[in-house]
Amino acid sequence: MELAKQARGAESREGQPDLPPVVLTTADLSVHYALQGSALARLFGMRSATVKALDGVSLEVRRGEVLGLVGESGSGKTTLGRAVLGLAPSAGGSITYHTDHGDQVVSEMSRRQLRGLRTNLQMVFQDPTAALNPSMTIREAVGHPLVIHKIARGRELHQRVNEALERVGLSPVERFAPKYPSDLSGGQKQRAVIARAIILEPEVLVADEPVSMLDMSVRAKILQLMLDLQEELGLTYLYITHDLASAKYVCDRIAIMYLGRVVEIGPTAEIFANPRHPYTKALLKAIPEPDPTLSVPRDLPRGEIPDAAVPPLGCSFHPRCPEAVAQCGWESRDLRALLEQHWTRREPGTFEAEQDLVGNLDALDTPSTTARLAGDPVQVGELLERIRSEDPDEPLWLGVDSIGDVGGQVQVDFRDGVDPPLRRAGGVDVACVLYPDQDA
Amino acid sequence: MSELIDVAAGEGLLAEPVLSVRDLRVWYGTDRGPVRAVDGVSFDLQRGEILGLVGESGCGKSTLGRGLLGLLPDGAASDGELFFDGTDLLSLRPRDFNRLRGSQLGMIFQEPLTRLNPLMRISEHFSETLKVHEKGISKEEIKRRSLEALRVMGIPPTRFRAYPHEFSGGMRQRLMIALTLVVRPAFVVADEPTTALDVLVEAQIIRILHDLRATYDTSLILITHNLGIVAEACDRVAVMYAGKIVEIGDAREVFSHPQHSYTRELLRSTISLRTTGLNYIDGAPPDLVEPPSGCHFHPRCPDAMTVCVQTEPEPRVLPNGTRAACWAADLRSDVVSLSAEDRAPLVREEIAVADEA
Repeated sequence: MELAKQARGAESREGQPDLPPVVLTTADLSVHYALQGSALARLFGMRSATVKALDGVSLEVRRGEVLGLVGESGSGKTTLGRAVLGLAPSAGGSITYHTDHGDQVVSEMSRRQLRGLRTNLQMVFQDPTAALNPSMTIREAVGHPLVIHKIARGRELHQRVNEALERVGLSPVERFAPKYPSDLSGGQKQRAVIARAIILEPEVLVADEPVSMLDMSVRAKILQLMLDLQEELGLTYLYITHDLASAKYVCDRIAIMYLGRVVEIGPTAEIFANPRHPYTKALLKAIPEPDPTLSVPRDLPRGEIPDAAVPPLGCSFHPRCPEAVAQCGWESRDLRALLEQHWTRREPGTFEAEQDLVGNLDALDTPSTTARLAGDPVQVGELLERIRSEDPDEPLWLGVDSIGDVGGQVQVDFRDGVDPPLRRAGGVDVACVLYPDQDA
Repeated sequence: MSELIDVAAGEGLLAEPVLSVRDLRVWYGTDRGPVRAVDGVSFDLQRGEILGLVGESGCGKSTLGRGLLGLLPDGAASDGELFFDGTDLLSLRPRDFNRLRGSQLGMIFQEPLTRLNPLMRISEHFSETLKVHEKGISKEEIKRRSLEALRVMGIPPTRFRAYPHEFSGGMRQRLMIALTLVVRPAFVVADEPTTALDVLVEAQIIRILHDLRATYDTSLILITHNLGIVAEACDRVAVMYAGKIVEIGDAREVFSHPQHSYTRELLRSTISLRTTGLNYIDGAPPDLVEPPSGCHFHPRCPDAMTVCVQTEPEPRVLPNGTRAACWAADLRSDVVSLSAEDRAPLVREEIAVADEA
């Protein structure tokens, strides 16, 4: 059962002078969540730490395109999708929805105005079981938006629900409409959720991992349904996913996100043919392919997504980056990680001796370009030299400005890092020091 | 029954298999009758081998994995033979089975945080595990073995005395693997060990699993719905459908030359970086109370013939060395001869668009 992919705008659009109009803009959008501090701190009104779920994201979404937001958990992709619908508190920047009747600034809307916005912006959630009220029949659930917005009732409501169900393939309608969500399979439930999202005839649909909870045999079917609906109804999609393979298939453009930022954005074909950001390259390499001629990749980034409450200095990806250079933002926490990595390769006896030498490393957890290690300066210096000689290619050493003896302690000074902004590189925009401004 | 005995291609004459499964059946009682979740499964697992177990949800993968460890829920019954190290596990008393579990047979679960005690340090988890399974083990030995297990998983020794909540998701899964392997089990079932993890961390864990045999002599059954993981980490793969293994063989061979129509369709419906068209399998896996007659896959199979409805295909070793239970594959390889009537293409009942999993 092969379904041909419709030729969509991606390639042809590049050469055309008339791009479709922009429907949605985010400008320097930030969303911060406060972390709950200790009870005492709250009692004294001390400011608690914040997590920057989104940190200055600027995007334009054009009418009729599928824009993919791709990243690991904690990258901010879901927060961005929710912010667009006014479902996340914006701490800075703006979200603007452009209509024929003028611009609407989503980030300044009241609750009531936001409700009106829902007729134009809708969402498809990841888990269809959680997105459907278990005590509502499919007919009630799909027709609910029309009732809430007082758009249709009686026969017209009945008729429009029937049309929506038929559109998403839940036909014969009489078979599915009276059912409860628990009577349906995962794929069928997701079809109902999609029917509910399109029944108000929205312009933009935010789809947050719409197929990742579904069985693999139906994922392709639901994705094809979404592409067909886009064609028939002229929808614009924000497709949020961690799965680059499906993004490659459905998206016209892709934004790769990491720790609240967009690190690379451009046409899908260009991103896949010529990935530029080291993170994009790593993601592409890590996808397990059902091809027996390929083997397990060896040069994958180490570690995991860092704590967004205290992001790394410089470029957020530098601690994991295989291509990092001197100005990427090396700091005290990277030194700690280096020592710990070194110890995972040592015998327990050696580890204990070396750990006793440098003592407690907790002081390194405060981000700083100056790191001090306790213990005898000569011996600590020798230890660092040993670690360096074991793996001279470790990029951290590029960032070390000097290692000296300050007040009887070894002090490692790192070069100041650069936090690279998104810049034009070839057909895409990349935030990486390896791609400096083309005009500069 | 001799055809049922599966021999890994080219290694048939090697040592005794770690695990020998013969005609294993597991069923659950329901109001409507027994659900045959595992329905006559036979295979061998060699020492140090990684066997992937794939299929859609509801095909019996997890039930089989748990059945192999005797971890079935109340109300489930099992039958068949399960030879481990010369003993039939299914004939053991629960107490004796329990003793083997953990020390000889291990399990790695999907969500590691629910399996770690939040009030116990990592060091305590290790010492408890080792003390239960190796009576009289010394403190020094516990520490040496634990740190060694952590080292293999790439966890710094400085974290030995940390609590589970201080670790990230990927680290916790590594901890679980380390805790399972520290007692050096002969065989481990890993049920979707990377499903809850991010892509890059998943790739790190797959690499660790792939490299396990270098350090431990452990055999592994890796249950997953991600065919890419199997292709990268496994030696052999078993494809399950409706409680049966429909195809089993060398992972490279099965992926490059799938014999069973289900295997082929499953591979085609996987969205990968090289996907140029979206494919899917019509319909949903059958109700295992009343599975379809003949080959259970026939109602969804694009190659279905008349014989597929009438007679269940026998598992047969095909010329490429894989074993499959599929009439179409038998016919293609001239393993059987069928009458023209048997070969007549089946007129399939119309499957509604939304009849799906």
